Amino acid sequence: MKNWSLAVTARMILAGAVLGALLPAIPCRADAQVKENFKVGFIYVGPKDDFGYNYEHDQGRIYLEKNLAGIEVITAENIPETAEVERVMEQMIQKGAKLIFATSYGYLDSAINVGRRHPDIVLVHAGGFKFSPNVGTYWRYIYNPMYLSGLAAGKVTKTNILGFVAAHPIPQTLQNINALTYGARSVNPKVTMRVIYTGEWCNPAKAAEAANTLAELGADVLSQHQDCPRPVVETAAKRGIYTVGYHSGDLQRFNEKGWITGADWKWGTLYVQITKDVMEGHKEKWVNRHDRGGLETGQIDIAPFGSAAPKETQTAVLKKKKEIIDGKYVVFQGPMQDNKGVVRIKEGEKPSFEFIETMNWYTEGVVGDVPK
Amino acid sequence: MIEIALALIQGVLAAGVRAGTPILYAMLGEIVSERAGVVNLGTDGAMLMGACFGFITMAHTQDPFLSLLAAALAGAGISLIHAFMVVTLRANQIASGLALTFLSLGITSFIGRPYVKRAIDGIAQWSVPVLSKIPFLGPILFRHDILVYGAYLCALLIWFFLFYTRGGLVLRAVGENSSVAFAMGIRVRRVQYLAVAFGGICAGLAGAYLSLAYTRTWVEGMTNGRGIIAVALVIFSAWHPFWGAIGAILFGTTFAFQLQLQARGMTLSPYFLDMLPYLFTLFALLMGAKMRRHEMPEGIKKVFEEVG
Repeated sequence: MKNWSLAVTARMILAGAVLGALLPAIPCRADAQVKENFKVGFIYVGPKDDFGYNYEHDQGRIYLEKNLAGIEVITAENIPETAEVERVMEQMIQKGAKLIFATSYGYLDSAINVGRRHPDIVLVHAGGFKFSPNVGTYWRYIYNPMYLSGLAAGKVTKTNILGFVAAHPIPQTLQNINALTYGARSVNPKVTMRVIYTGEWCNPAKAAEAANTLAELGADVLSQHQDCPRPVVETAAKRGIYTVGYHSGDLQRFNEKGWITGADWKWGTLYVQITKDVMEGHKEKWVNRHDRGGLETGQIDIAPFGSAAPKETQTAVLKKKKEIIDGKYVVFQGPMQDNKGVVRIKEGEKPSFEFIETMNWYTEGVVGDVPK
Repeated sequence: MIEIALALIQGVLAAGVRAGTPILYAMLGEIVSERAGVVNLGTDGAMLMGACFGFITMAHTQDPFLSLLAAALAGAGISLIHAFMVVTLRANQIASGLALTFLSLGITSFIGRPYVKRAIDGIAQWSVPVLSKIPFLGPILFRHDILVYGAYLCALLIWFFLFYTRGGLVLRAVGENSSVAFAMGIRVRRVQYLAVAFGGICAGLAGAYLSLAYTRTWVEGMTNGRGIIAVALVIFSAWHPFWGAIGAILFGTTFAFQLQLQARGMTLSPYFLDMLPYLFTLFALLMGAKMRRHEMPEGIKKVFEEVG
């Protein structure tokens, strides 16, 4: 402790000397520094440049910095879902962070632990079922744009086989697989879906080989749910087949010719909303609760259409999108049965968010069983 | 039914050749290095260096040959540090290799960071004329990119070098007994430096295959431990390039097999299937240890005895 304060004092003297020298020259700079910025932390599980999950959260962070004055952002990438993340959160709090975005699914317990130690800090976590007096969860149902992409993919496929490279059989992934398959089959009942799990959020070579395998089994549309999406898109491009994007519409450039559309995160406006509310002292809007939403929030969307999507299909997809936004259509609603013929959602039933977020079955048309 | 089975076998073997290629490059390099008496556990690190620097060069120059050269040099560079540590300074080979793996992970994560979002053209597939038309075998062996063919050519050349040239004899003599080789007037250290550098070149190419041809992306840690597997499989190969090629294809095939099973809807846990390639490696090690222990270069035995 002594060493620390000593170091700080030394640094302060030095900084003071430098400031003193600069002050007469740039007085307005010094004025601005009097009012302290509101500090916000962002934690990512992978690299923020990979055009995937982390990239999109970081795009949200960039949007926040551009559109909200008086804030300062601290980011940390490649943070594993272990005790390591608690250490990173503590560090951010020490640096003055008042609000932390924990963007990976496995950070929730750590967020709650850290939150207990720092009751005045707000932590918001992407997805999950737990909250506490200063921790809340947020999520947007990206299976909606996956369903819409399915409407296009079902029309585009010539082999009637879709392929999906996934990291883990978790409910979010199963929602995406099911929504995409369901959408495709609603316009083309002959469609089947083949799935490979790589078991890792980012193993580029394995994802590439999984994509090759699916292509060799006849899939001519590839989609995915894992953190580094480029190898699957690049493999599709290399083999001259189609892509339904996931995470980011910016993936289009890696398979221009085969790009149909995809599911796209738009976290920016949500991040501004949350930060603004917490800054203004309304943290109760985001903690102690789960915040969920769909297409109507504008915080998820379908990716831009590519040349591979026929015009009339684009029109049909946009029409359906409007129906979903207006509440006239719900993707997961009864009657819906799984690929074993068991009725999962009864006629006229609209499932709860817990039902959707614990999904553990494949819809009709998906080949195989959900791994245990 | 037979048609489906044949398609499955063909698909799995073709994928096995693809997936086995980086393993084969890394193994060939390690075979040469170990034949000269130096174990390099830093192979995975050298692969990362190759993957990273190959990708960076490709991003700037769009020149595949320059990129492969950069990858080879990066792999050789990091391996020469290993050579300096263990040949000149006599440091422990196991410790030095592991340390260099982590050093490479750090270097490449840092230097490669701005390149994670870069797009490259990559090395395209090139089907061998005529040969790729052979039924069944064509798609398995001759519909890949040049780096895949290069790996098998390398295996052939290294086999010829090791067993049919004077240089190969000298290299093996150094690995078997460096003091005798020294007494014979062989410049032992120079041979070992060259062998380790060659191993680094091969590992660099293995990495380049991953980033330039297979995935066309760079992400930190993208070898996911393939270099370590390659070092383990060297024991299965009994330090022979042909067995090395077989080991690499078998590993690649086990890897591809589990993906095929999943895509065909077989209901086995992917986490169980994930273990198959590693179980294969363990099994191969067991077989290798039982059948061909006498093939191990004498110089290498000392490395392990020092540790144990």
